[in-house]
Amino acid sequence: MTDVVLLAHGDGGALSHKLIKEIFVAQLGNPMLNELSDAALFSVRQGKLAVSTDSFVVDPIFFPGGDIGKLAVCGTVNDLAVSGAVPRYLTASFIIEEGLPLKDLKMITASMAETARAAGVQVVAGDTKVVERGHGDKVFINTAGIGFLSDAGSSLSYSRIKPGDKVIINGSIGDHGMTILSQREGFSVSSGLKSDCAPLNGIIEELLEGVDGIKFMRDPTRGGVATTLNEIASSSGWDVMLFEEKIPLRKEVTGASAMLGLDPLYLANEGKFLAIVDKIHAEPAVDILRRHPLGREAAIIGEISEGKSNVYLKTPIGGTKRLNTLAGAPLPRIC
Amino acid sequence: MIIQPNTDKLALAKKLLECVRQKARRVSGRLGRPIRFMEVCGTHTAAISRLGLRDALQEVMILASGPGCPVCVTDYQDIDTAVAVCRTVDNVVVATFGDMIKVPGSYSSLEKEKAGRGNVKIFYAPYLAVEYARNNPDKEVVFLAVGFETTMPTVALALDMAERDKVNNFSILPLGKLVPPAIKALLQDPELNVDGLILPGHVSAVIGRKSQDFIASYFHMPAVVTGFEAADILIGINSLLKQLETGAARVENRYRRVVAEEGNPEARQITDKYFAPVSAKWRGLGSIPDSGLVLRERYGYFDAGTRFSLEGQEPIIPRGCLCGDLLKGKALPADCRLFGKTCTPLNPVGPCMVSSEGACAAWFNYGMTS
Repeated sequence: MTDVVLLAHGDGGALSHKLIKEIFVAQLGNPMLNELSDAALFSVRQGKLAVSTDSFVVDPIFFPGGDIGKLAVCGTVNDLAVSGAVPRYLTASFIIEEGLPLKDLKMITASMAETARAAGVQVVAGDTKVVERGHGDKVFINTAGIGFLSDAGSSLSYSRIKPGDKVIINGSIGDHGMTILSQREGFSVSSGLKSDCAPLNGIIEELLEGVDGIKFMRDPTRGGVATTLNEIASSSGWDVMLFEEKIPLRKEVTGASAMLGLDPLYLANEGKFLAIVDKIHAEPAVDILRRHPLGREAAIIGEISEGKSNVYLKTPIGGTKRLNTLAGAPLPRIC
Repeated sequence: MIIQPNTDKLALAKKLLECVRQKARRVSGRLGRPIRFMEVCGTHTAAISRLGLRDALQEVMILASGPGCPVCVTDYQDIDTAVAVCRTVDNVVVATFGDMIKVPGSYSSLEKEKAGRGNVKIFYAPYLAVEYARNNPDKEVVFLAVGFETTMPTVALALDMAERDKVNNFSILPLGKLVPPAIKALLQDPELNVDGLILPGHVSAVIGRKSQDFIASYFHMPAVVTGFEAADILIGINSLLKQLETGAARVENRYRRVVAEEGNPEARQITDKYFAPVSAKWRGLGSIPDSGLVLRERYGYFDAGTRFSLEGQEPIIPRGCLCGDLLKGKALPADCRLFGKTCTPLNPVGPCMVSSEGACAAWFNYGMTS
């Protein structure tokens, strides 16, 4: 076998088969995938199915705390989990740029397999395409996922959100966004910082089983906590008030954000979710989250109030400012 | 580690806030009108907004945003030139600070060029663009040298590096600007409606406190140099209130841990080695004498404009932008006929809309129309 991906690896011929067998099936294999038929078949029990899809184009493809493979599994698993579903099956499509070292592809696939195992999901179908050098960027991955809606999960809806409800997050914000930014630009300011990339279905299942009053959940990925809460505010019709002092933040993220003129509230997260919880169940919910490794720093960071679909931040000194949806990508300020 | 708020600092800031509120109520009562202070620089604008101070003080005073940052005031024509570099120079990489790419010229922006075929690369420091040029000898790297007195020494150091290491494929578009001439231009307007100035902390670290004495001695305007933490800003405002109460006008320094009387002569020296003052256009404010920086003749070869003989093109500027009047407190966003129509946060015309902290952007985002 050559040591880089060639165009021929994507032409459906002998090299394609070798690639599928020696990398994808070898690492991600399960009875359904091993069939290598045109479609995976599985039985469905009664109830509702949830389907989600996401594409991953992160640069760099390896970063502290994860890689594009782990991200591709977590992203789709988390979208299903915050919708109240128990994720079960994934598909994975790779668009590979000619010349990608095979050892990189192996590492990415191994990482996908490990994350899938941790999340309790199986990759049951896949596809590989190879594009000419310069027509892609190393590797892009699309995953789609199917999950079964749990009883507790089926009642989640933004229409249940009411003034007085609390906003809970399972830990510190902006870790993923700042990690990627600092890796991309080669900063030395944020040593020790790593992406929070993690599958959230385990902690979410424990939360839904452990306490009533969970009304709605979302994962604040691109656009960060501020953008996701703006979406919640606009769907529900209520205001959201955040308390700056309560928001968990790592000192590396705070420091690098201040230097670059970025706001952690707008930085991406890949292992965090926001839950809107009935007031009386908020404290017990935080207690449950804190017992899980992915929720040690869980906190109530805000509340829903009467209003007109706006998001506000109460600053420690007592001022209030509005948090708008991000217009375009976050760009560092020079002054 | 999760950050715990510094409770001592916070308690101090809260105490100061109460103190400032009381004093402001008294002074404004005596004046019989609302107090209006202006923070000159964009970093103060951002800090005041981030800390929630504008809101916490709004009952007792108006904190108006000044000319802002060097990015927001970059003129149409300068962006047009950068776009022209992007389109016409062979193998070019336009190197820029991140927040420049959104600023619109009269027919495009670097963001749009980047999305097309333009090769635009974001750098965090000018010397990184020199390093990139050295590692990519087949490329022509043109750095957009925007900045006030604080940033320009870093551009000068990058030029020093390019000069020393003979990096011949590195040049700049000199777009540096100087703050005191802009302050002078604002203060010269007899209709200016401002009771005191919060002077830029970083710029002052370079130019020093003393060089800004003209604000008080010539224009009799209370002013204060201060830092960017809540307590810094409140102490600065307190100093302005004291001056206003007693009818005094001084340029006080409440940022002594960073700003010296004479500033930083070394930083000025290196800038001065490469650049000379020249009349420059500020977006929304127009042409201001001696407020820009041009390369000195003996370093003219670093000027991308001459190196690639770029043709100047007359910019098409939407007429009617009131940013100049707005900055002076003579108009409100709603008075501007471009506001919310031709001029929006995604397609900004003047600096007050370009900067997300600018008055127009804030008005637009809050859905205010009158």
